Amino acid sequence: MSDFVSGFWSPYITLVSLASILGCGVFLWRLSTKRLPPGKKADVMGHVWDENLEEYNNPLPRWWMWLFYLTIAFALGYLVLYPGLGTWPGLLHWTSHSQYDAEEAHATATYDPIYARYAAMPIPAVAADPQARDIGQRIFLNNCAPCHASDARGGRGYPDLTDNDWLYGGDPDTLVATITDGRNGVMPAWAGVVGDEGVKNLANYVKSLSGSAFDPVRAAQGKVLFQTNCVACHGPDGKGNHTIGAPNLTDAIWLWGGGESTIMETIAKGRNGVMPSWGSFLGPQKIHLVAAYVYSLSHAEGK
Amino acid sequence: MSAPAGTASVPMWDAADQGTYNYKVVRQFALMTVVWGIVGMLVGALIASQLMFPDLAYGIPWLSYGRLRPLHTNAVIFAFGGSALFATSYYVVQRTCHTRLFSDGLAAFTFWGWQAVIVAAAITLPLGYTTSHEYAELEWPIDILIAVVWVAYAIVFFGTIAKRRVQHIYVANWFYGAFILTVAVLHIVNSAEIPVTLWKSYYVYAGAQDAMVQWWYGHNAVGFFLTAGFLGMMYYFVPKQAGRPIYSYRLSVVHFWALIFTYMWAGPHHLEYTALPDWAQSLGMVFSLILLAPSWGGMINGIMTLSGAWHKLRTDPILKFLITSLSFYGMSTFEGPMMSIKTVNSLSHYTDWVIGHVHSGALGWVAMISIGSLYYLIPRLYGRTEMFSVKAITLHFWVATIGVVLYIAAMWIAGVMQGLMWRATNSDGTLTYTFVESVKATYPFYAIRLLGGLMFLSGMLVMAWNVWRTVRGARPVDAPVLAPALARA
Repeated sequence: MSDFVSGFWSPYITLVSLASILGCGVFLWRLSTKRLPPGKKADVMGHVWDENLEEYNNPLPRWWMWLFYLTIAFALGYLVLYPGLGTWPGLLHWTSHSQYDAEEAHATATYDPIYARYAAMPIPAVAADPQARDIGQRIFLNNCAPCHASDARGGRGYPDLTDNDWLYGGDPDTLVATITDGRNGVMPAWAGVVGDEGVKNLANYVKSLSGSAFDPVRAAQGKVLFQTNCVACHGPDGKGNHTIGAPNLTDAIWLWGGGESTIMETIAKGRNGVMPSWGSFLGPQKIHLVAAYVYSLSHAEGK
Repeated sequence: MSAPAGTASVPMWDAADQGTYNYKVVRQFALMTVVWGIVGMLVGALIASQLMFPDLAYGIPWLSYGRLRPLHTNAVIFAFGGSALFATSYYVVQRTCHTRLFSDGLAAFTFWGWQAVIVAAAITLPLGYTTSHEYAELEWPIDILIAVVWVAYAIVFFGTIAKRRVQHIYVANWFYGAFILTVAVLHIVNSAEIPVTLWKSYYVYAGAQDAMVQWWYGHNAVGFFLTAGFLGMMYYFVPKQAGRPIYSYRLSVVHFWALIFTYMWAGPHHLEYTALPDWAQSLGMVFSLILLAPSWGGMINGIMTLSGAWHKLRTDPILKFLITSLSFYGMSTFEGPMMSIKTVNSLSHYTDWVIGHVHSGALGWVAMISIGSLYYLIPRLYGRTEMFSVKAITLHFWVATIGVVLYIAAMWIAGVMQGLMWRATNSDGTLTYTFVESVKATYPFYAIRLLGGLMFLSGMLVMAWNVWRTVRGARPVDAPVLAPALARA
């Protein structure tokens, strides 16, 4: 067993443990006394402290002694059956790993047929199946809801999955890729490049793209900056780019907020959005189901 | 007063040499026990409120749950519990050794040193300085101060034992002695840190070894700080208040050695189903079960001491505190071994059941035995026969008892419910409940817990008023050292 760095430790632990447990029993046996004869009361020890502190010398309560012996016997029995004495594996050959593996194998055998059936169906079809959607929703609630919220409408910095507005795309294959491998959306910080005034001008131009109130003079100056600095990712028309997850700036849907000060903060300091990778944790079959659930949120049945 | 000097059985006695007991340091620690009890429990009530109302910190970092929770545990264990242990151990060791403390100067140093530790904790923990070891969060400079104060404590205590005027060492002092020695070892081993800056250090241990050292320390902090020390308190104040001899000397010998030996092994039960190797988990579990009988030995000896004087429980609220505390002690030392069984542990671990278990020990046992002992102690330190208001002690008893029961019952129900909700699965293998649903379901129990905690805290406020009225206008008294009794002590 890899628990020990040398052959010394296993016998050492075995010896010390057994001696300690048996020692408790021997100690108890050596110090136990007979019951008092009926009607006889225990004597005091004859020592007095602090005026009146004295001690009777009653024998050990029998039930208490037997409780003590019982726990010692249980300990010895347990260590025969289970690992505890060095490398002795126990007669039952139980380990916490084997227990985990057994539960995992049981779960796989029991639940795999359910998941396998849906894995064979295309995602839009799975999304239309009420039972599959329920399973997908449960997976979603236990894994995805902490960020994307129980209703999947997200929050500040966490995308709303119900609005059919996608950073990377909402088709089945892209959804599976996003969930499996995760995403890392980086917006660089621009304050050092365009300056404070430039940030404010850019923010006004960005606001103008989605029809919210803006300062036309600043927006006009911001447009120039946009054309030189932002189009590489957000495109000349500001409609974004799915291949790199650059948001569409024209649809009035905001990941971090659409107020002027928030947009300025986004431009000045940049943003770093992380979607973790779920591939190894959920596995392809569950990802298939959760992707179908997410798909169903923005695709009413039959579409 | 006891027999005069010159009797044959105590030839060394010379009353003129003896002077008085050092009650000054006992008074100081006794009063600070009340103060720190209120502070620690107030912080507890605040963080219990934060669990109900998560925005209660208003975004102020040093009011956040993560920083105040260690402040709460440190304040109640080491400030409140520690002051109670210092006060009673200094009182008991002098009275049962029939001699003044070994060194007044060192005793005063332990008082001011310990208060400095507490104040340092109250500043650094809210500021976010932490070593991350549970119940040992204080950073290395404070760890060093604790070690120095503790060594001074050991010198005062064992020095007093060494110059005792009686041959036999009273059982309370065995427990206090074991507590002082073991806590020194635990603290020093568990605080092996490499300083990086004044307020940052790294432990020399890593990974599973670090976890094992942490819980070897953590569980023995329970075993020696919160159990052995307070059993020392029990062995003096229960027979004193009951006016009856200890039930069984033999039982005290057996359960003392069995308790201090077995506790040392029990730490791994905090790490079941973790990266700790299976063999270590198993040993921790079986020794936790063996610990049941040795723990109960103290309860039996305390409660049976009352046999022949049960009627006193009806009228004496101090005795009510002491005996109820032993009942909670018996209950939580039964619960603990049960929770260490792997099958039970897989349900109870990480739930509020653990919080309930801890508080049945901390409030029911530690706090109530301390409160009972202080009600005995404080009038005697100020030349009075009893507290200003005995009725207020009765009121305190009932408020505290109902508070504890509400607290632990709420946490039991919440804990078992959480454990069952977390493991419930649907027919498709998915979890039936999300984590946040279990939080939502716990809400009413958080409310009951808060109510129980507030009741316990308000009992402490009644105590503070009672202590104030007892002490106000009274002259501090240092009782003369008593001659050992005629009997062969």
